Amino acid sequence: MKRIHIIFSLVVITTVLLSAQTKPVSKERMAAGKKVYDTYCLTCHQADGTGVPRLNPPLVKTDFVLGDKKRLIGIILKGMDEQVEIDGNYYNNVMASHDFLSDQEVADVLTFIRNSFGNKAGAVSPAEVKAVRAALNKASKR
Amino acid sequence: MKYLIVFALAVFIAAAAFKSASLSPAPVATPAFAEDNGGITLPEGFRAVVVADSLGAARHIAVSKTGDVYVKMERVRDGRGIVRLHDANGDGVADQISAFGPFSGTGIAIKNGYLYASSNSEVFRYKLNDREEPINTEQPEKIITGLIDRREHNSKSIALDDAGNIYVNIGAPSNACQIRNRTKGSPGQDPCPLLDSVGGIWQFRTDKLNQTYKDGERYATGIRNIVALAWNNTANDLYAVQHGRDQLNNLYPELYNEEQSAELPAEEMFRVKKGSDFGWPYCYYDHLQKQKVLMPEYGGDGKKVERCADKQKPIYAFPGHWGPNGLLFYTGTQFPEKYRNGAFIAFHGSWNRAPRPQAGYFVVFLPFKNGMPSGDYEIFADNFAGGNLDPGKARFRPCGLAQGPDGSLYISDDQKGRIWKVMYTQ
Ligand code: HEC
Repeated sequence: MKRIHIIFSLVVITTVLLSAQTKPVSKERMAAGKKVYDTYCLTCHQADGTGVPRLNPPLVKTDFVLGDKKRLIGIILKGMDEQVEIDGNYYNNVMASHDFLSDQEVADVLTFIRNSFGNKAGAVSPAEVKAVRAALNKASKR
Repeated sequence: MKYLIVFALAVFIAAAAFKSASLSPAPVATPAFAEDNGGITLPEGFRAVVVADSLGAARHIAVSKTGDVYVKMERVRDGRGIVRLHDANGDGVADQISAFGPFSGTGIAIKNGYLYASSNSEVFRYKLNDREEPINTEQPEKIITGLIDRREHNSKSIALDDAGNIYVNIGAPSNACQIRNRTKGSPGQDPCPLLDSVGGIWQFRTDKLNQTYKDGERYATGIRNIVALAWNNTANDLYAVQHGRDQLNNLYPELYNEEQSAELPAEEMFRVKKGSDFGWPYCYYDHLQKQKVLMPEYGGDGKKVERCADKQKPIYAFPGHWGPNGLLFYTGTQFPEKYRNGAFIAFHGSWNRAPRPQAGYFVVFLPFKNGMPSGDYEIFADNFAGGNLDPGKARFRPCGLAQGPDGSLYISDDQKGRIWKVMYTQ
């Protein structure tokens, strides 16, 4: 009995984890994210996310886009202006802070880029954005 | 001992023979024109040789009087950032490729027995022998140092006059001098503090070592970023083509729609005088209204002129965001008469016109008379992008221009590193 219980919970946990990873994002969320992307990101990162050589990096399967969500949210809220290597190349332009976007808009645009241009990664929620924003605000007040 | 003398003698004779052989001009062979002109289209009667390929990001180029091509590379490869292309058999194609100079950068030029080359913060020069080859590639003289490099707009273009001066562009690491660069809602700083050390062209001496800002002079100001810079020997003046500001629609959607943002501001061509002020970051040139107008960061609405009324105007205006990266005044006699003293401009190709279609990715010709444009531009070399006008996917992006001793036009590409030699064949 105990054994069955463990197996059952394992199955439940994996299903939940898997679905969190691969659950298809709704059309509405993608559309909302695309709208933010087209307005604020497209000029620099281009319509298909391939960027501009040596100026603005691509958003296609980079570590930043697919990896740690907190770091990714931080890039949008704080901007980015450092000599970072992205897939063997460097980019000389600056990425401005986009902290004027709402938690919902940031979550939507990140969900959109994580599931466009050949990328596949979990959605970002407004709550996650809110948490990073609060941490950043606290850090900047100190 | 005897052997030693014989050996020394042999070396001496061999060296002498080699020297006299190398002093005679390169044998004149038929140019090895590429089937498809190396992927570009040219006017009737012109053909192109592919001098070299896949060098990496090839920025500006200079050609010696013997036809050697020196290429400034944007990134060092195996610790070297200047590539030398030598064509021993005279067919135009480089058969010996070597490299030196442990720095990356953009600017390169040959003048009065020296090869000048810039990194993003310094300028070096190499003394040349009578064949215009560097005598010592290991020990250049550092003539300028400590120029600001904050990544954005950091390339340092160079031009030299006949009076021993060198002109260096120092681009502003900024779009419009906002308090927070490229950030929506952030106002322009007034006055813009950047203009003291960037956002202009500085003049230095060619023959002094280790010059810094205090040794040079701000020759012209109010310039966002220049890559296309050239001294015109016929007019005895400096000329430049500016990269105009970006993101009018992104930052001010209520004032500029996508179409206006793609078209504006003009890419301005300047005749640069000592003391010129072209207005950045307060003003930009609107080629549709034909005047300098106030930037939105400084209260502009697309029409207001105010303090821009007395800023120096461009001598020619191209549509927005084409990215002028190379400028050359043609003085050869190989090309037909109409090209003499006119300007070739290499447009790297736009990215900031998105989501509208991109433009540029070609080399244009602009006729000149008495140091001023005397007609409209025409596209000279095209199809660099290979049908894909998109900065990431374009096949080639033209960047540098140079004239060979025989009057051929050389063009470099910084997408993959192809170099073309364009010749007139009729
Ligand atoms: C002004 C041009 C510009 C705009 C507008 C812009 N970015 Fe960026 N972005 C950059 C640059 C430049 C970098 C790299 C900065 C560096 O190397 O320090 C970057 C980096 C990034 C990165 C991390 C690097 C990578 O390639 O994965 C992400 C993710 C990103 N931007 C997403 C966005 C999103 C989403 C928006 C819109 C909300 C946006 N950017 C708007 C220029 C821009």
